Amino acid sequence: MKALKSLVRIGAIAGKEWLQIRRDTRSLILSLIAPALLILLFGYALTVDVKNVGMAVYDQDRSTLSRRLLEEFSHTEYLRVKRHISGYREMDRLIDSEEIALAIVVPRGFERRFKAGKSVDLQLIVDGSDSTSATVAMGYVKAILANFNMDIKVSELKRIGIAETKMPVEVKSRVWYNPELLSKNFIVPGLIVVVLSIISALIASLTISREWERGTMETLITTPVRAFELVFGKLVPYLFIGLFDVVITVLLGYLVFNVPIKGSFVELYMLALLFLIGTTSLGIIISSATRAQVLSVQVAIMVTYLPSFMLSGFVFPIQNMPLVVQGITYLIPAKYLIVIIKGIALKGVGAALLWTQILFLAVFAFIVVIASVRKLSLTLPEN
Amino acid sequence: MTEYSVEVKDLTKRFGDFVAVDRASFSVKRGEIFGFLGPNGAGKSTTIRMLCGILTPTEGTGSVSGFDIMDEQDRIKNIIGYMSQRFSLYDDLTVRENLEFFGSVYGLQGARLRERMAYVMKMADIGRRQDAVVKSLPGGVKQRLALGGAILHDPPVLFLDEPTSGVDPVMRRTFWEIIYDFSRNGKTIFVTTHYMDEAEHCDRMALIIAGKIIALDTPSALKAALPYSVWSLRVERFIEVFEEVAALPFVEEAAIFGSDIHIMTKKGFPLKRELAGAFKVKGIKGFSIEEVGATLEDVFVSHAARLGV
Repeated sequence: MKALKSLVRIGAIAGKEWLQIRRDTRSLILSLIAPALLILLFGYALTVDVKNVGMAVYDQDRSTLSRRLLEEFSHTEYLRVKRHISGYREMDRLIDSEEIALAIVVPRGFERRFKAGKSVDLQLIVDGSDSTSATVAMGYVKAILANFNMDIKVSELKRIGIAETKMPVEVKSRVWYNPELLSKNFIVPGLIVVVLSIISALIASLTISREWERGTMETLITTPVRAFELVFGKLVPYLFIGLFDVVITVLLGYLVFNVPIKGSFVELYMLALLFLIGTTSLGIIISSATRAQVLSVQVAIMVTYLPSFMLSGFVFPIQNMPLVVQGITYLIPAKYLIVIIKGIALKGVGAALLWTQILFLAVFAFIVVIASVRKLSLTLPEN
Repeated sequence: MTEYSVEVKDLTKRFGDFVAVDRASFSVKRGEIFGFLGPNGAGKSTTIRMLCGILTPTEGTGSVSGFDIMDEQDRIKNIIGYMSQRFSLYDDLTVRENLEFFGSVYGLQGARLRERMAYVMKMADIGRRQDAVVKSLPGGVKQRLALGGAILHDPPVLFLDEPTSGVDPVMRRTFWEIIYDFSRNGKTIFVTTHYMDEAEHCDRMALIIAGKIIALDTPSALKAALPYSVWSLRVERFIEVFEEVAALPFVEEAAIFGSDIHIMTKKGFPLKRELAGAFKVKGIKGFSIEEVGATLEDVFVSHAARLGV
């Protein structure tokens, strides 16, 4: 009887909350449209693949061999020869204006020295201010040069009569789960998790503080509603929104960014729900603690965005962090959901292999729900 | 069943160093309209909030319908209705949605809920506005809805915190008719107000100043207990004259009442004669004075003066 009455009250609160969300354009945009926009925006922006690096060539030799060498650089999508220049001054300007990130200089006498059987030096100038792109681009250039050297060596050997040549060690690499090594395949799952944590905490963070600000909490306190009924009643509609966002974001990842879903979507969905229970309750805790909407929003963004972005292994590999920070990452639920989504979507593994992550998520959700009920004191503040 | 709906003993609320309610003790009989009269900030709302479980008392004890306000809040919440001073229903829901929500929270369902909602809408005259979103409604209608929300579940004890503040005089009458009606049905009403004339509607009332209850009785007994005669003086330029009058040695207390000056003197003091003499000296002419019955405002003013506030 008592439990039934509780259920009725939880239902009443959920229904009321749903009506309020439906009538609040701001909430609707935030909860239904913002996640899709964020995924699209960051999905396109956040790519660590280095492609189309602008480069300039300074051919002082202007010989057949130098042209043949430089020709190699225009056959790759990673580099783009933007300019043929005729002086260092011009190179300086192009690097300063960020039009190019590297320049290659073929010195005078390149072909002559080569034909004379001497080794020749090439100059590669790289803009180190963006160290990631610079390193990667340098790698490309070196690979192209290695190929070029190899070709020449092979034809030399052929010329002197050795037809079949074999390398002593030949690497045949095969990349599993993400054969083209596309960074979007690991960025999009991370992005989905970040977006879900921010949005779910954010929309929930407004809910209790709004009741305090509008004075409706005072009325609620005098009714038989208990703290846990209020928390559960408010959780329900926000979880539905969260689940809707899971569908939207995963679907966008699939349709727009071609991130495959090899495993079971249902499993992914259930585990996302577990995650959302935690983050949504976190929003409710924040809301109960601040009792002011503006502050709630700021705190919610702080505690969800930064950790799930920086400490979840989404952008920065956890194994590279100092040990203390690595320890902290265990407290970040986003870390677990990222592993889960990558596992299910990219590797097609089942939930059975992800039980550590699931356990951590469940513990997190449990603790946060309990804490949110405790935090929601149903009396007026003492000041 | 106790005879009293609300019993309070030495109830105290402190916010830091500030004593909002100072050892208040009183009892409200079942079916009574009990008024709490005092200026803003006197501790009326704080008292009501402690009784409704919104604030925890610092000291003292209290009970509502026999349930302890410290330990049995859950029981109390089922049997009280509360209307707060500030409108505190959902202004982004419609009238009907608000009533449905609060009805369900109190466990009303189905036919019973519909019946109670119909009653409340008729009583508060908000039926025509039932599908209007609350924030679009005028203040008076909102106020009636708030009252309706408080009585929806037919609570035996009703706490109304300044129910008529900001309500026009005609509406205030309607409000009091509803409150009377409620009382006739055996419900207890605990109401705060700072309107002196409204306090006359109460069966009994407590005067509260600076957190202390300074007098508690029926309105007529409070007036009868006043140890002064009350006079009404009508005079030209009454604001200037008021200063002169207040300074006279035999005037215990003087207060402006509309365009009259109310003067309190010791009982049986020959004020007509003495005042005529005093005015002659000061050259004040053209006045009329008569003894009048004390109002609650006189009672209040005399107590406030005695306490030096």
